Amino acid sequence: MTVLDSIARRGEVTIRDLSKSFTLNGRRLDVLRGIDLHVPGGEVLAIVGPSGCGKTTLLRVLAGLEEPDRGDVLIDGAPVHGIGRQRAVIFQEPRLLPWLTVTENVAFGLEMRGIDRATATEQARHWVRLVGLAGFEAAYPRQLSGGMAQRVGIARALTVQPEILLLDEPLGALDAMTKLTMQEELARIWREQGVTMILVTHDLEEAIFLADRVLVLSKDSGTPPRVIDLHLPRPRDRSASGFVALRRQLMAAFGLH
Amino acid sequence: MTLQSLDTPDFATPPARAILARAGQGARRATARYGLLLGFLALWQVGSSVGWINATVFPPLHLILGALWEGLSSGALLDDIAISLQRSGLAFAAAVGLGIPLGLFMGQIRAVEQALDPILQVFRQTSALALYPVFILLLGLGELSKVFVIFWATLFPVLLATIGGVKEVDRKLIEMARSYGATRRAVFLRVVLPAALPSIFVGLRLSATTALLLLIAAEMIGANRGLGFQVMNAQYNFQIPLMFAAIFLLALFGLAANFALVSVQRRLCRWADAG
Ligand SMILES: Nc1ncnc2c1ncn2[C@@H]1O[C@H](COP(=O)(O)OP(=O)(O)O)[C@@H](O)[C@H]1O
Ligand SMILES: [Mg+2]
Repeated sequence: MTVLDSIARRGEVTIRDLSKSFTLNGRRLDVLRGIDLHVPGGEVLAIVGPSGCGKTTLLRVLAGLEEPDRGDVLIDGAPVHGIGRQRAVIFQEPRLLPWLTVTENVAFGLEMRGIDRATATEQARHWVRLVGLAGFEAAYPRQLSGGMAQRVGIARALTVQPEILLLDEPLGALDAMTKLTMQEELARIWREQGVTMILVTHDLEEAIFLADRVLVLSKDSGTPPRVIDLHLPRPRDRSASGFVALRRQLMAAFGLH
Repeated sequence: MTLQSLDTPDFATPPARAILARAGQGARRATARYGLLLGFLALWQVGSSVGWINATVFPPLHLILGALWEGLSSGALLDDIAISLQRSGLAFAAAVGLGIPLGLFMGQIRAVEQALDPILQVFRQTSALALYPVFILLLGLGELSKVFVIFWATLFPVLLATIGGVKEVDRKLIEMARSYGATRRAVFLRVVLPAALPSIFVGLRLSATTALLLLIAAEMIGANRGLGFQVMNAQYNFQIPLMFAAIFLLALFGLAANFALVSVQRRLCRWADAG
């Protein structure tokens, strides 16, 4: 692989024939069935689908928190098993350590990756400012609002400078106004960092606002997953006619008029 | 290392006015908190002096304080205090030294916890007092059996609280740490231990109280010194003020131990009461 090649492939995710099932009360539950997917480096892929269709499971397999029964996950062309430095996960709950301050929480990921505390803190400060939390460096998680706490979680993930950000309904628990602001924030972060983002969401508008493509998973085994290319210019405007039309079209496809 | 990371430097020293205001506030809070206790003591003093309550069973406070002063200044009670604190202290230290490490271990390894839990429950439910004769048979009537019976009763609160604290650590936080590549050691030091700390302190406080409570029982048999012995002995010799003096001392040590532990907890778990 040449140098150019490896740069071009940074953040690329390939899924080959991925299957995963769980046993629940003695019954086998096929959650993911032979999924194939290619996400080029730097793309934003949204994953949507009804509750229980396996969105979180797919993301957890990608994160390496769950082993697939069959199939491979390839990052930048190489198969991966378990967690790895190329990926960082942002969970629905911020999952902050209550006994650490904002800065210490943001530095935590770096410290776990073997960076010494002073350097980690230094870098954490930068990202705390970047997600708009300047002035709250010494605050504890219980002193933060839901939106602020999620920003800390996002900063913690960005601080380790992953090629791929895996987000599981990161804004799902936020109120409508905060959610809009945070969507803008995620769009900005993506633009500035050039990371690959794989975003699980139950909010179609959020998917259209952020994604290049949308992966639609279904719950019944008869319907295979499909990928919808959005082809919308950026920056996106929720009230632009193209946006509105696309939303209507997708809503209709989901039977939500 | 973990302990240090829990501890952030203080913010700037507040100006004098703020300190005064806080002192005033503190006084008000103290009245709200201890007013009832003071009222109770006043009622005791007056009631006993006037004769509302039986003064031979509840002597007035000044007689109790007199007996206390006499015991302390003559040095007679100092001996009892020293030996009692030594017994309780040794037992408490041993219970903490065994209970916390064992609890941290048991709380993390499910198989160990499940295997040991039934025997632990049986031991816990078997009163230390009921086992005291057995301990005496095994260890003799000397110091060892006394310290051991206190140790036995003191072990379970801290052990069970530590196990509980570790078991209740949010799995999602552990998973978060793992997703950043945390080693088992890092997960333990940076997530499990700090998360279990408040629960461990609850156990420590209960254990400290137990260590003092058990003195009475431990010094009931085969002792000729100690605060617990003094309570029994003074009662036997009808020196009721001296009996109450020893009881007050025991209560005082209980309060002091609790206060010390709460202060340490406040320092280590500052995050928990950050408003
Ligand atoms: N660890 C697990 N054990 C058993 N069943 C699971 C487990 N994780 C997920 N499931 C099941 O798999 C299905 C898909 O779950 P999930 O991926 O969380 O769905 P989604 O995120 O799309 O709502 C659900 O029916 C869920 O009950
Ligand atoms: Mg989910």
